[in-house]
Amino acid sequence: MYTQTEVIKDTTASGSEGELVINMGPQHPATHGVLHLVITLNGETIKKIEPHLGYIHRSIEKMTESLTYRQFTYVTSRMDYLSAHINNLACAMTVEKAMQIEVPERAQVIRVLMNELTRIASHELWIGAMAMDLGAFTPFFYAFREREMITEIMEDSCGARLTMNYMVPGGVMYDIHPDFQKKVKAFVQQFKDKVTEYEDLVTNNVIFQSRTKGVGYLSKEDAISYGCSGPVARASGVSCDIRKIYPYEVYGKVEFDEVLDTAGDSFARYLVRVKEMNQSIRIIEQLIDNIPEGDFQAKTKAVLKPPKGEFYTRVETARGELGVYLVSEGGTTPYRIKYRSPGFSNLSALDHMARGSKIGDLMATMGTLDLVIPDIDR
Amino acid sequence: MFLKEYIKDVYNGVTSLLKGMRKTGYYFFHTKEIITEQYPDNRDTLKLAERFRGEVVMLHDENNEHACTGCTACELACPNGTIKVITKFDMTPEGKKKKAVDTFIYHLELCTMCNLCVEACPTGAISMAQNFEHSVYDRNKLTKRLNKPGSKVREGVE
Repeated sequence: MYTQTEVIKDTTASGSEGELVINMGPQHPATHGVLHLVITLNGETIKKIEPHLGYIHRSIEKMTESLTYRQFTYVTSRMDYLSAHINNLACAMTVEKAMQIEVPERAQVIRVLMNELTRIASHELWIGAMAMDLGAFTPFFYAFREREMITEIMEDSCGARLTMNYMVPGGVMYDIHPDFQKKVKAFVQQFKDKVTEYEDLVTNNVIFQSRTKGVGYLSKEDAISYGCSGPVARASGVSCDIRKIYPYEVYGKVEFDEVLDTAGDSFARYLVRVKEMNQSIRIIEQLIDNIPEGDFQAKTKAVLKPPKGEFYTRVETARGELGVYLVSEGGTTPYRIKYRSPGFSNLSALDHMARGSKIGDLMATMGTLDLVIPDIDR
Repeated sequence: MFLKEYIKDVYNGVTSLLKGMRKTGYYFFHTKEIITEQYPDNRDTLKLAERFRGEVVMLHDENNEHACTGCTACELACPNGTIKVITKFDMTPEGKKKKAVDTFIYHLELCTMCNLCVEACPTGAISMAQNFEHSVYDRNKLTKRLNKPGSKVREGVE
């Protein structure tokens, strides 16, 4: 990490004969947040990319040390805001693991349903935003039409559209809305009807294909050594789906395929995400009619006090593997919390992927990495 | 060979463009399938979900009575110090001292609508309202007093 003065020195020093140093961001429409990339160019060819972080650092990990175990889950909605449910779930699961709380079956099924809806919503937004980065404006509206149905379902059941705070230690905050099953079924039908539109507009589009095929190649070995996870690693052939390897909640009982591709380029990452949405639909279809009766929340004490020790849980968010490392001293607040966020590791591979390519291709590479900046910076 | 590739590229480009334009044409003539929220115009008929979390309110009945006992459970549950409950001691008819709420201060500008205070309330005195248009010209207007002046605790609420 450079300090501000070093940046200035560095930019002048590396700007040797024929080289150009440009700053992309922190206010740039294609970075979808306050990401600052210092790009060294030789003509149009990228020599080096240096991400500078810290523009949206809210010290969530430090803040957590002064919050109780009931309070700290809600803050994680602000990390990866597109998979807020899954972040909350990871925190709730850590506390449950530490206190050995048995979550009722009904709550587990609701959690998985909400997680998969979140995953689809996140990928929908990503398709729209990435297509817009590459110059196609219309897919954004089509993607948001379906995403709007999910946010309405979330609003009905959870009370919020983006930062839900629905997963609490012991289960879920409320029972599902009476209309939940009906609305989810309507959404599944709508999604199945309309997913062909994405194929027509984006997948089969010649301009889109030629801008993404062979761009931003990441080999399997590099994906592992950079610690990539989620669709980025799976597009390079790394089998890393936490839902499959370490099943949590009811993921062990449902049938779904881990989507893998071996091409490792931007187009493969695009295809993996589109296929993942179909797998999420498959999980939802299996569970939506089989929500068991029972409690939606386990009975817990008013003040949670996990025993002394260290606990680690991981979940598969829409972007990859999220790990929560909790050190408890036996008190009402955590001693230390560390989040292993997927975006940070995925961003670290950007320099390797983009080096030697043209600056126009950087948009495709960055777009398919699916970066959410608050998740990288926390 | 080059010419063949070139013609193929042009053909593919034109067909994929036409495919996209067909979708655009379809929605041009099927205007009912387009969903747009006419937001500021439909304000009167706008229906939000019943669980939507807009702001914290204290429920008062027609006798200007609420269910808040001043236990400060919400204040302890709040992660950002949004709620401040100032308590006082009322005298009961039997001559005993009883804790009661004097002023229930709610800082809307600090609230993240996480619903933890409503969950923590043992008597169901506070709940979330659906009002979401909170913009005002003066920041001080966002600090609210939730218990109405002259209100008191409902009989039988412990």
